Amino acid sequence: MSAPAAQQHGTDLPDAARSASAPDAAAQQGEPGKRPGGSPRKNRRAARAWAAAVVLVVTLGAVVLISASLGQFSTTPQQVIESIGRVLFGGADPLNDRVDATLWTIRFPRTLLALLVGACLAVAGTVMQGLFANPLAEPSIIGVSSGASVGACVAIVFGFSAAAPWTLPAGAFAGALVVTAVVWALSRSGGRAVVLTLVLTGIAINAVAGAATSFLVFLGDTSSREQIIFWQMGTLSNATWDHVGLTGLVFVLGFIACLGVRGRLDVLALGDRSAAASGINVERLRILAILLVCVLTGVAVAFAGVISFVGLIVPHTLRLIVGPSHRYLVPLSALGGAVLLGLADIGARTVIPFADLPVGIFTALVGGPLFLVLLRRTLKRPGGAA
Amino acid sequence: MSSSLDLSHITVSIDGRDLLSGVGLRLNAGQVTAVIGPNGAGKSTLLAVAAGQLKPRAGRVMLGSRESHKVPTAEAARRRAVMPQDSGVAFAFTVEEVVEMGRTPWRQARAGRGFAGRTRAWRGFADDATAVAHALELTGLTELADRDITTLSGGERQRAALARVIAQATPVAQGSVILLDEPTSAMDVAHAESTLVLMRELASRGAAVGVVLHDLDAAASYADRLVLLENGRVRAAGPVAQVCDAAVLSQVYGTAVEVLDVGGRLRVGPLRPARAA
Repeated sequence: MSAPAAQQHGTDLPDAARSASAPDAAAQQGEPGKRPGGSPRKNRRAARAWAAAVVLVVTLGAVVLISASLGQFSTTPQQVIESIGRVLFGGADPLNDRVDATLWTIRFPRTLLALLVGACLAVAGTVMQGLFANPLAEPSIIGVSSGASVGACVAIVFGFSAAAPWTLPAGAFAGALVVTAVVWALSRSGGRAVVLTLVLTGIAINAVAGAATSFLVFLGDTSSREQIIFWQMGTLSNATWDHVGLTGLVFVLGFIACLGVRGRLDVLALGDRSAAASGINVERLRILAILLVCVLTGVAVAFAGVISFVGLIVPHTLRLIVGPSHRYLVPLSALGGAVLLGLADIGARTVIPFADLPVGIFTALVGGPLFLVLLRRTLKRPGGAA
Repeated sequence: MSSSLDLSHITVSIDGRDLLSGVGLRLNAGQVTAVIGPNGAGKSTLLAVAAGQLKPRAGRVMLGSRESHKVPTAEAARRRAVMPQDSGVAFAFTVEEVVEMGRTPWRQARAGRGFAGRTRAWRGFADDATAVAHALELTGLTELADRDITTLSGGERQRAALARVIAQATPVAQGSVILLDEPTSAMDVAHAESTLVLMRELASRGAAVGVVLHDLDAAASYADRLVLLENGRVRAAGPVAQVCDAAVLSQVYGTAVEVLDVGGRLRVGPLRPARAA
């Protein structure tokens, strides 16, 4: 009896396909196969991405100049430019001049650390959101930052970091890794992170990590207590060239690796199963991306403490401008994160004269409300809670 | 006839309960095989095993002449495209971008490895653009290509998922496998019909199509072979006319099902009471 059926759908199939989809007749009269330049929206997004890159680079330059010229010992942006020329190209010893000394021993390391930490956190946030296929996954919200902070506190309290400075970022990385693994195991179903579970898991993990940190503070001596408490608030005031060098190295390596995985991160938006069926080795990509997020978050937390929401604000804003493709998001996040934390640091140093506020306060002030908006929007969407 | 995908003696159990026990499924080149059965019979589980997404406790999945899980992910994806039941996409990609994701395994193949290769893959190739445009056209989505996928209706999203699968299955070759899990569940009648016709056309070009369908009449009209599942076991399998037995279907579904021969074509559906006008 299958013969008639087969006959019916035999040679006249292309016509049948056409006639059966009569409502789309108009659509099919469009010129198929003649879209080599991509769709208008796609081109618009590419143009916007380049525009955003230019704007961010210019802003970044301005942020560096302004940030370096602000402080108790007042300098002008022009002096900053001259000093850069003198020391970098003229080979002058920065310690011979008061301006140079201030800039090169205190302000430049701090400014550069702010930019690098911002870039690390924003890229980590972007990659993590791609990995969880959820725009609310962010290292500080789901507890990765506080996990890193526990790891770093262990290094401080037990004196490892005094003996060997690299144990501080290593401890932070280990803490971040443990938390990410736990969140991963608890918060996902069907290949996507469920919003409510993700947020609730974050609450639980932040609570446990907070308790662990308190316990470590209790165990520690006075100097390590002070170090930990200050650093929990997120601060850039202890920046040294060593910190800048190590953070810079980790950032460059991590960032290059993130550029390598960005195309595949897009496909994860389909869910794990569909991504795997589309030829993505999901297991391998997942492990690589988790390691990258932990390395970037770990190094940022180790040298600047817990600075929350950078990884939420930056990718969210960029997505509104250039769309969700990680091809643009990953590189632009690096720039955007650097600009955001650079600006936040300027704010931290100028809002109250002669006081150096913890920079984490500023990112949380912007990020907290944004998170609420995003959460409400996500939950309102049909099936958003799931 | 050689089978493009051959599942034998598949047993899947979760929490000690058998979802499938000793099920077999052969997908032959050029044929549409529909998996039917009541809710919870194991249809989607069987399709997930066929797709390589679910590892069975026992049994073997052969993709062509090799065991499915031994075929590298990208190579398997070039031979087997899967349309899931859930057509949701996490971020606001455009329809065209989602359909382009179907070209991932082909880009990977030609671009080679390493950073430079990835960058080339990222830009795509001319025939990727052609395949995407063609898939959009076949599913009637050309006009919607630029739309944000998260703003589409369920049926439109389903068509986008179908377009992605078609883009992935291009070019269709002998040995190509296409798996569709309730592809028309959210579509209106016109799009459901064109999807089923499209499915037949893919088979006529040499693809082995496996499809889960709830609509018995659609299954009887468009499939070559049927596999009727009941409680994780194959109740009946074979040519449409052989499986479409009113008594068996009525028993499996627990409701009266009628099978009518209308001019040599079977019409299958629930037996509905006559109503006074």
